[in-house]
Amino acid sequence: MTVDARRLTACIRYPLSQFALDVKFEADPGVTVFFGTSGAGKTTALNCLAGLAKPASGEIALDGKMLFSARAATNVPVHLRNIGYLLQGLALFPHMTVSQNVAYGMADRADALQSVSEILERFRIAHLADRHPREISGGERQRVALARALVRQPRLLLLDEPMSALDLPTKQHIMDDLHEWNQGARRIPILYVTHDRAEVFSLAERVLTIERGKIVADGTPTEVLYAPRTAAMAQLAGFENIFDAQVIETRAELGTATCRINDSELKLESPLSSHSGEPIKIGIRAGDILLSKQQIEGVSARNRLRGELVVLREGAEFVEADVNCSGVTFIVHITRGAMRELALQPGQFVWLIFKTHSCLILR
Amino acid sequence: MAGQRLLLAIRYNDEHLHEVVDDRIWLHVCSCHENACRSGKVSEALWLSIRLAAVVSVLLLLVGAPIAYWIAFSHRRWKFLVEAVVALPIVLPPTVLGFYLLLLMGSNGPLGQLWMRWTGHPLAFTFSALVIGSVIYSLPFAVQPFASAFSAVDPALLAAAATLGASRWRRFRTITLPLSRAGVLSGFGLSFAHTLGEFGVVLMLGGNIEGATRTASIAIFDNVQALDYASANHDALVLLAISFVLLTAIYRLNRRSLHNWSLR
Repeated sequence: MTVDARRLTACIRYPLSQFALDVKFEADPGVTVFFGTSGAGKTTALNCLAGLAKPASGEIALDGKMLFSARAATNVPVHLRNIGYLLQGLALFPHMTVSQNVAYGMADRADALQSVSEILERFRIAHLADRHPREISGGERQRVALARALVRQPRLLLLDEPMSALDLPTKQHIMDDLHEWNQGARRIPILYVTHDRAEVFSLAERVLTIERGKIVADGTPTEVLYAPRTAAMAQLAGFENIFDAQVIETRAELGTATCRINDSELKLESPLSSHSGEPIKIGIRAGDILLSKQQIEGVSARNRLRGELVVLREGAEFVEADVNCSGVTFIVHITRGAMRELALQPGQFVWLIFKTHSCLILR
Repeated sequence: MAGQRLLLAIRYNDEHLHEVVDDRIWLHVCSCHENACRSGKVSEALWLSIRLAAVVSVLLLLVGAPIAYWIAFSHRRWKFLVEAVVALPIVLPPTVLGFYLLLLMGSNGPLGQLWMRWTGHPLAFTFSALVIGSVIYSLPFAVQPFASAFSAVDPALLAAAATLGASRWRRFRTITLPLSRAGVLSGFGLSFAHTLGEFGVVLMLGGNIEGATRTASIAIFDNVQALDYASANHDALVLLAISFVLLTAIYRLNRRSLHNWSLR
């Protein structure tokens, strides 16, 4: 079997309470991230792939073998699909030791003992072999669950927000080990579900964003997260400022469009668009806005707005400032150093400066 | 109590009952009853009770577990019907249950006839009849703890086991059953204790044949009737002690298992 044959093709329709999951995609070996808000249908999609849920219609094929087909009435049972699945919460067997957990899926295989000890070494959990899941840390449990799924050499690996409870360095370590495992001849498709954009950037080779049961974007992390197309995706992708707006004038000769925000007097210069007259949304990242105590002339940025500093909130990594410009509140992220140097205080008047390019027009 | 009244009726209204019930076995019951009162062999009855309870509770593991599994995991619309039938012995007077079981197992009953064809002797008023009757009588005491333990097992564990290649039977054996240990032991203990203490069904189905169907609870009643309070007290105390120890063990076990498998 060639590596090319290790491809997942899926077309799934499954009715949910609010909407229907309706997705069609392929996944090649490597990490593909399913990205979307909670309740978008991501877990249901994984359940259908694993065989834990039965789609109303569609087809699922892996390695050229049909796992589910509504038309042909094919539905390979879960335990015969050989798909590794890390469920939310990991579902380690509490009454078994780490090595019993990992060996669980190897009951009928001749090379069980050797494979188990090899994978325990590879995922750095050999020293925990005789402990029970309740006696080890979250990161260690994560490794056990991965080892348990991978020791069977699955043809596809599904991960459902497996690391939401872990800190970033631990996550990164575990994912490095997973990437290292997924090399060479045994390289398989890995589908990773998350709503955390930091995970998308650190893990994904490709991102599929799911919204209300539909795939709305498909591309590299940068393509998808820096150019989100809807307000919900923008919020998820980290656009702190999202405003209702209306294009009141397009100026092709200048390469800009003027938008009115929230029916207020405030006008922004945004990139040219064909949405003239229609209600739109504009997204601006809080980190893309420059904050100045003086009015600045002679810069290229088209948007220079005066506003009152309302609140300063100190976070772990940066300071978040709320600035009120003609009744519209902007969220601005600055460093603690900048806050000290400018001696910023609530009540002061400041200038917000940002490029047209930073104003993303959303559907 | 219905059983007591019945026995009194046998004692004082022999003639009348013969007409009503019209079964020669009752004669036998009464004669055995008289014999028992004379010999006053209490510990033999106690031993019979324990043997009966042991056989019944082991059988209930085998019969009750599949029924409990079905109740715990089935999505059939008429599941409630099965649950109600299984629970019937809890609310039914033992004499009612015993009466219908007697009709079923009597020499004219379908089960009695089947048994006759298989084994060559009648089923009613034998130890086997007591076993069959007690299995039905104690069924809810096994099935309900089993079913609630089975359905308390985290479905994610079963899903994970399935993705790891485990068939339904292996999932039950390796995940559901070990994680339901407390519930299964509870059901086992409860059906043992319940069978040990039954009176009405045993009397209806077994009569009172020494060494075959004369259980401790019936012996106690006989001894009280014969004003042999010392013998009655001896058996009663043993039954009380066994029941108390069993129930204490069950409650202790269930309390421990609450903390046992939680991850946090």
